[in-house]
Amino acid sequence: MSLVKGGKRIEDSFILIEDDAVLPDDGAILVSAARLEADWSTLSSRVYPVGVVWPNNRPVDELAPYLSALSLVALVFPIFRDGRAYTQAHHLRERHGYSGELRATGNVLRDQFLFMDRAGFDAFEITKEGDVDAFIDALKRYTVFYQPTGDGRTTVLRQRLSARRAG
Amino acid sequence: MYIYDEYDRTFLLQRGAEFRDQVERRLAGALTEDEFKLLRLMNGVYLQLHAYMLRIAIPYGTLSSDQLRMLAHVARRYDRNYGHFTTRQNIQYHWIKLEEIPDAMADLATVGIHGIQTSGNCIRNVTTDQWAGAVPGEVDDPRVWAEIIRQWSTLHPEFSFLPRKFKIAVSAADEDRAAVLIHDIGLRLSRDKAGHLVFRVMVGGGLGRTPFIGKIIREDLPSEHLLSYLEAIVRVYNAEGRRDNIYKARIKILVHEIGAEEFARRVDTEWQAIKDGYLKLDDTAVDDIRARFRYPAFEQLQDAPFELAAALMNPAFARWHENSVARHKIPGHAIVTISLKPVGGTPGDATSEQMEAIADLADKFAFGEIRVGHEQNLCLPHVRQRDLPELWRALDAIGVATPNINLITDIISCPGLDYCSLANARSIPLAQELTERFADIERAKKVGRLHVNISGCINACGHHHIGHIGILGVDKNGKEFYQLTLGGKADEHAALGQLLGPAVPYDDVINVIERVVDAYLELRESEDEVFVETVKRLGIAPFKERAYVAG
Repeated sequence: MSLVKGGKRIEDSFILIEDDAVLPDDGAILVSAARLEADWSTLSSRVYPVGVVWPNNRPVDELAPYLSALSLVALVFPIFRDGRAYTQAHHLRERHGYSGELRATGNVLRDQFLFMDRAGFDAFEITKEGDVDAFIDALKRYTVFYQPTGDGRTTVLRQRLSARRAG
Repeated sequence: MYIYDEYDRTFLLQRGAEFRDQVERRLAGALTEDEFKLLRLMNGVYLQLHAYMLRIAIPYGTLSSDQLRMLAHVARRYDRNYGHFTTRQNIQYHWIKLEEIPDAMADLATVGIHGIQTSGNCIRNVTTDQWAGAVPGEVDDPRVWAEIIRQWSTLHPEFSFLPRKFKIAVSAADEDRAAVLIHDIGLRLSRDKAGHLVFRVMVGGGLGRTPFIGKIIREDLPSEHLLSYLEAIVRVYNAEGRRDNIYKARIKILVHEIGAEEFARRVDTEWQAIKDGYLKLDDTAVDDIRARFRYPAFEQLQDAPFELAAALMNPAFARWHENSVARHKIPGHAIVTISLKPVGGTPGDATSEQMEAIADLADKFAFGEIRVGHEQNLCLPHVRQRDLPELWRALDAIGVATPNINLITDIISCPGLDYCSLANARSIPLAQELTERFADIERAKKVGRLHVNISGCINACGHHHIGHIGILGVDKNGKEFYQLTLGGKADEHAALGQLLGPAVPYDDVINVIERVVDAYLELRESEDEVFVETVKRLGIAPFKERAYVAG
C-alpha cells in the first residue's frame, strides 16, 4: 500500500494507534473515532499532529467539534462500490470548511481516483501498487466536466460560455 | 434536437478511451471481475444468459436520423441485425462480443451516443415524454430540464456509487407519458401564479419486488433550484440509504422507513445549506442549453388538408390514422407513433433495415427526428398532415404500421428468460401468443385502451405493476407460472395493480386473459368506459369469478 499526495508517492508520517495501545510521546498519530472521543482531553492538547479514521456510517457532523485540532481525516471505502465517503468528504470540505489532509483509505482504486479528487480528497492510500504510477494520468484522463462540485474545475457550460464571449 | 458540440465529443472520446483501457486491464488480469463489473455496467455492458449485452442511452428518447442509422449499423456490424428498445428509452443489443464493445462504442460516439450510466448504481438515463416539444398544452419542453439533469448527473463524482440504481423522469404535459410516479425522483413541471417555472418533486416511486407510488415532498420548487434540490435528495440517499440488503437499497425503502415527511425534512436541511451555491441555475445557463435544442421551421398549414381527407376514404389508412396519429401543437402537423408490436413479433425489437428505413422516412417527412417512448414504440414527433398517407404506406411496407397503439396487443415486455439471467419465466413468447390471439384488429379495437405489461421476474422491467393487466413470471418448483394483476396505471393517477388470484401455468395465461377481457366487455357500462375504469368501479371480484372458470 502506498500513500500518494500532491500527485507524488510520499512517506506516511502518521502512525496508526490501536485503541488499547499507549499513546507515543511524540510524532504524528492516527486514532479511531472512538479513541478520539474517549481521549479528547489528552489528544486536543497534544503538540504533534493528530488524525482520525472516521467510519463511513457516521455523519461527519459528529466530527465537527474536533476538526480544528485535527491535521488529518481518513475516510474509509470498505469496498470501492460503497460511496458514502464521497458525501462525507463533501460535507467536511463544504459544510464544515475543513482544509486539512483528507485521505481516502480502504479499497482505493485507479478508476475512482478522479471521483475522489473531485469530492475533496487530497491524499490516497492506494490499494494496488500498479495503480500508483497511473495516478497522474487518471486525474488527467478527462478535460471535460459537466457538473460543478466546488473543486475549481470549469464545467462544460462555463467553458462554452466563456469561449463564446472571447470569440 | 439537442446539438452536441466539441465539448461533448471530447468527453465521449475520453470516456471511450477509459473504457478501452479498462477492458484491456480486465483481459490482462489487472482488474478482477468484481472490480470490472461495476465499471462495465456504468458503460451499459451487462453479462446476460448467453452473451454480453450493450445498453445504449437515448437521452430523453430523442434521436436524429443519423443516430438511428448508427444504431442500425451497430446492430448489423456487431450484433444479429436487430436492437431491442426498452421501457427506459434505451436500446439494447443482446449478442455483442466484449472485445468488440469498445469499437462499437467508438462508432456510436461519432454521432454523440453512448452507454454511459445505463446501468450501475448511479443516476441513470433521464427519461421524459416522447411527445415533448410537439404535444399541445405543454408548459415547457421537458427535455431542456432533462438535459440539464443529464449534464449534472454525468460522471457525478459524489453519486457514482450509490446504494442502488437511481432513475429520474420529467413530465410537463397534462397527460403524464413519462410515468414519473414510479421513478426514484419524478418531476412535474408547471407554472406558478407569477408565470415562473416550478417543479413538483416526487420521491420513492418504483416497481421491483416492493412497488411504491412516489410521494410528493415538494411543491412549487423554483426551477433555478432544481439541481441543488436534486443534489440534496441524492446526498441524503447516498449517506443514509441501506447498503446491507440489495433488495432494500432503493430510495423508496428509505423514504418508506423514515416516512416522506421526515425524508423531506432531511432533504430540506441539506438543501438550505447549498441552495444558493454553485448549483443554482442562472438564466444564462438555462438559456444556453435551451438554445441548443433546435426545432423544425414549421410551415403555416391548415389542419385536415385535402390529401389527408382523400386518404381517409381508405379504411386501412383511416384505422391507422385514428389509432396511431395524435394532435400536434402546430396546425397542419401531427405526431405519429410507430408500432414495434407486430402480431407475433417481439415487443420493442427493430431490425437494422427497419431502423434505416425509419431514419430515411424521418428525413423525408419528419425533420429528421425520431423519438423512443417507454412503451417500446418509436415516434415521429413532427409530421405534416398532408404527408401522412405516403408515410403510412412506407411504414406499412416495413411492418411498423400495425394500428394497435394503446390496444391489448401493444404489449410492454421485458426480454425475459429467453435472454435475461435474472428471469424466472419467458416473457416474449407470451407476448407473441397474446398478439396472435387478439390479432383481429377490430376485436382489439372493440376492447379499446388496454395496457398489458409482462415481466419475467420480480425485478419488474416490464412494469407489470402498472399494466392495466400485469403479468409476472414466477418459478414454481422449476415450472413457469404467471401471476396476473388488474387495474395498474402509469399515468398522473398512477396505481399498482391488484392480484387477480392464484398464479397460472404458461399454457393457461392467454385463456385467462381472454376471459378477463370477455368479462370486461360484458361488465362495462358503455363503450366509453375503458378496461381500467371498469376494474376500478367493480374491483377484482367479478373478474376473478370469471377468469379461472374454463368456458
